[in-house]
Amino acid sequence: MTTRRLTTPVKHLGLVLIGFVMLYPVLWMIASSLRPGDEIFRSPGLILDGLQTENYTEGWNALTPSFGTYLLNSAVLVLGCIVGNLVSCSMAAYAFARLQFTGKRWWFGIMLGTIMLPIHVIIVPQYVLFSNIGWVNTFLPLIVPKILATDAFFVFLMVQFIRGLPRELDEAARIDGCGHPRIFLQIILPLMTPALATTTIFTFIWTWNDFFSQLIYLTDPDMYTVPVALRSFVDSTVATSWGSQFAMSVVSLLPIFLAFLVGQRYLVKGIATTGGK
Amino acid sequence: MSALDELRQLRRGGVQVRKSDNRAAFWFLAPWFAGLLLVTIGPVVASFALGFTKYNLIQPPKFIGFDNFARVLSDSRLHNALRVTFTYVLVSVPLQLACALGVALLLNRGLRGLAFYRSAFYLPSLLGSSVAIAVLWTQVFGTDGLVNRLLGFFGVEGRGWISDPDTALSTLIVLNVWTFGSPMIIFLAGLRQVPEVYYEAAAIDGASRWAQFRRITLPLLSPILFFNLVLQIIHAFQSFTQAFVVSGGTGGPSDSTMFYTLYLYQQGFSRFDMGYASALAWFLLLIIAAFTAINFWAAKYWVFYDD
Repeated sequence: MTTRRLTTPVKHLGLVLIGFVMLYPVLWMIASSLRPGDEIFRSPGLILDGLQTENYTEGWNALTPSFGTYLLNSAVLVLGCIVGNLVSCSMAAYAFARLQFTGKRWWFGIMLGTIMLPIHVIIVPQYVLFSNIGWVNTFLPLIVPKILATDAFFVFLMVQFIRGLPRELDEAARIDGCGHPRIFLQIILPLMTPALATTTIFTFIWTWNDFFSQLIYLTDPDMYTVPVALRSFVDSTVATSWGSQFAMSVVSLLPIFLAFLVGQRYLVKGIATTGGK
Repeated sequence: MSALDELRQLRRGGVQVRKSDNRAAFWFLAPWFAGLLLVTIGPVVASFALGFTKYNLIQPPKFIGFDNFARVLSDSRLHNALRVTFTYVLVSVPLQLACALGVALLLNRGLRGLAFYRSAFYLPSLLGSSVAIAVLWTQVFGTDGLVNRLLGFFGVEGRGWISDPDTALSTLIVLNVWTFGSPMIIFLAGLRQVPEVYYEAAAIDGASRWAQFRRITLPLLSPILFFNLVLQIIHAFQSFTQAFVVSGGTGGPSDSTMFYTLYLYQQGFSRFDMGYASALAWFLLLIIAAFTAINFWAAKYWVFYDD
């Protein structure tokens, strides 16, 4: 086993190096956002002379309304999507995991198929529909699909989880005269909190990052979410103000990073079992 | 078990129907059925119909027969977009998966600090699709960017990686490879399923590390590799944000970052040519379906299922 002992430190060194190189640009962005604007081009390093927060105040107020509005908009949107996904996906998952209904295999197959259906394929008619009922520049086109369980990925994740719960529990409840709504609400739902947590955290991150559909549906600056606002900010500023662009980029990534810290365990488990992003 | 395994197993064995469950199932699935009709399958069908029309959202759709589909065949900018997208998918996905597998192998077998490394390598996957990282990339690979600064230390003359049509796409490929963390986690989960005794037995028989990898790890991991491949290809076809931000929405320079999705966006939501955009959407669906079908077909020859 001597080779093992020798290779392990080398392995660690390699891994640390890879990790450092990978995360370097992000760390550098954070460092640069705290430097005076003209220094960004000169300093490829991470060490700061002092903390400059002017990039943040400048970036925060660069657009009207200020960045606070966009953060709030994103937060409202994310909250709506989380609630929508939790309610609708858990209901659908209960049916697929526990009920023996006609045509189940067929519907289940369709559900699995829609996991792989890209939004780009359906966005045009969806937009036509939502713009005809006057939903453009509201959060409805972004939240309503979640209330309708269209994030099939989460339905699948929850189906997997419910299948792992002992059936004896529902059988016992049924013998005691429980109907499906009560079995679902009082037995299955409390037991599936880990799956609900995974869904919450993924919905949070994906919705926060999602750019394509928010770009399409939100065109009024008052309704801008963080990614749409950030992009419009980048487009409106000349290349010289990297400082404030970086500052707002850091602000926009902060919630993702926090979600990552809080929910790592669920994220890793979620990907490992179902292969999310 | 992944969604793909589920699809494989759907073909087998029937499900016992309990008639009394039908009513309950209807209510539990009501939102999902509505979503299917209004948000997913409905629009797929509708976009097929819209593909036969000229429609700008203001005037009512006008039937124009196969014009949009004929245009798909003759539109040279679209063909360029296809070339860009295929290059992106076929280069970045294998590289990304190779990195994911390589690092997963390094991390396997009780390495100390596994959880820490796993998190560090996974983080870029969460950040990678954001506008913020695209902004960062624009700077890092710009003429005055971080990469050229660092190259300058070694006396290497850099260039405007993003403003040069020859290298712009490469920077986006690098960005996709950078997000190898999520397939890596799937590989790690798969590696944990491989029984340690296989390696012990092979070692006793004098098999080299490479032979062990070739004969044990790779076959047992092939379903996971297949799963990652299908998923990441579909995912890569949908890339949009990075190209959009890096090119300022144009797909430039000289259409070198014009992803299919970006072209579709321009036709549909800048020029409001909804008919043509619908035809493009359908064509994209066909392409992705074809890639997935080829993947499934090829899987018969290299994916090893031990059930």
